[in-house]
Amino acid sequence: MVVTITVNGTKYTDDISPDLPLLDYVRSKGCLSVKRGCETSNCGLCTVHLDGKPVLSCSVLAVRANGRQVTTLEGLEEEARAFGAFLADEGGEQCGFCSPGFIMNVLAMAHELDDPTDEEIREYLAGNLCRCTGYQSQLRAIRKYLTSKKEG
Amino acid sequence: MFTAQNYVMASSLEEAYTFNQKKANAILGGGCFLRLSKKRIHTLIDLSALSLDKIEEFDEEFRIGAMVTLRDVETNDALRASFGDGFYEMVRHIVGVQFRNCATIGGSLAARFGFSDILTFLLALDCEVELAHAGRMPLCEYAAMKPDRDVLACLYVKKNGRRAVYQTVRQTKTDIPVLACAVSVLNGEYRAVVGARPARAMAVSFDPADPDWISKTVNAFSFGSNMRASEEYRRHLAVVLLTRAYNAIREE
Repeated sequence: MVVTITVNGTKYTDDISPDLPLLDYVRSKGCLSVKRGCETSNCGLCTVHLDGKPVLSCSVLAVRANGRQVTTLEGLEEEARAFGAFLADEGGEQCGFCSPGFIMNVLAMAHELDDPTDEEIREYLAGNLCRCTGYQSQLRAIRKYLTSKKEG
Repeated sequence: MFTAQNYVMASSLEEAYTFNQKKANAILGGGCFLRLSKKRIHTLIDLSALSLDKIEEFDEEFRIGAMVTLRDVETNDALRASFGDGFYEMVRHIVGVQFRNCATIGGSLAARFGFSDILTFLLALDCEVELAHAGRMPLCEYAAMKPDRDVLACLYVKKNGRRAVYQTVRQTKTDIPVLACAVSVLNGEYRAVVGARPARAMAVSFDPADPDWISKTVNAFSFGSNMRASEEYRRHLAVVLLTRAYNAIREE
């Protein structure tokens, strides 16, 4: 079916198969940060923003994005770089495989929650799995990033 | 991952119902569970154009559309005002925010998953569902039926003052529950619900004035073993979680 989807500000019109996951659609547009980590809707690596809300692009069909705005890490370069610096400083980025989905969800959280507690941060990010860090370094990076945003 | 040849955006519930009569067709909820299947689907039926993505509050009940996401019920202020943290507790352990922004209430209920947090908690409240053809029926009746070809349109939750507490045990934070329990009370009448037994959730009434209420209540349920836990462990957990939930509700 023919769909019109805006990916990172660029409008595309394509004739797609109804079972095409949004993940494969955005990758076909060059957004290679979006990856499949688990195949079970669990790991969070494929996180993109659909009309501003974080969703699993492995589970959302591209037809569901018809007429809507999709944002990937490639479309949030400036914010991603700002948070990425905190992540690197805290040793929160090790193998880096989970980072694209993780950063997308951190940025969604920063937009959605005001001054979250550690528990709220942990809960918001529970759907992003990381095998390297044990999450402590990531939590420190998030706290410092949120503080720096607040202080402007 | 499933395959699908066609896709239809239903323009009415009746049209969705007609398409859904063919076994080769399937309703697309959030897609989170469907994607785990290898089904070969002829036509995917989308209910997104039927305004079923709203949570509406009326004098005596809430109407929650089938396409409302788990995240929507988790963060809805009106539901929180009426049921406290209940809806938040019901869904907060389910995978993550991104998953809950996709998965729908309708998909969760229609699938009648044995491990369902949602079915367990909602059976503790007084709920009805509305189907395209069968009309309104109590959720407990719907939950006990085998999955059929009718179309779930919405869920109604009564605002009758029933208070409910939800408790689960999980092996890891975002896994499905080893056991899910809820206790509710209205006008001194208590109800216990146990799900993930691992069979689907069921509700029974109990009288806490009876000194043997906990053993009688737990014995009213059947339990089974699977990769997550043994029957014996689940039975033990049921005693602990129902007692905790009952104590929590008494202290409220």
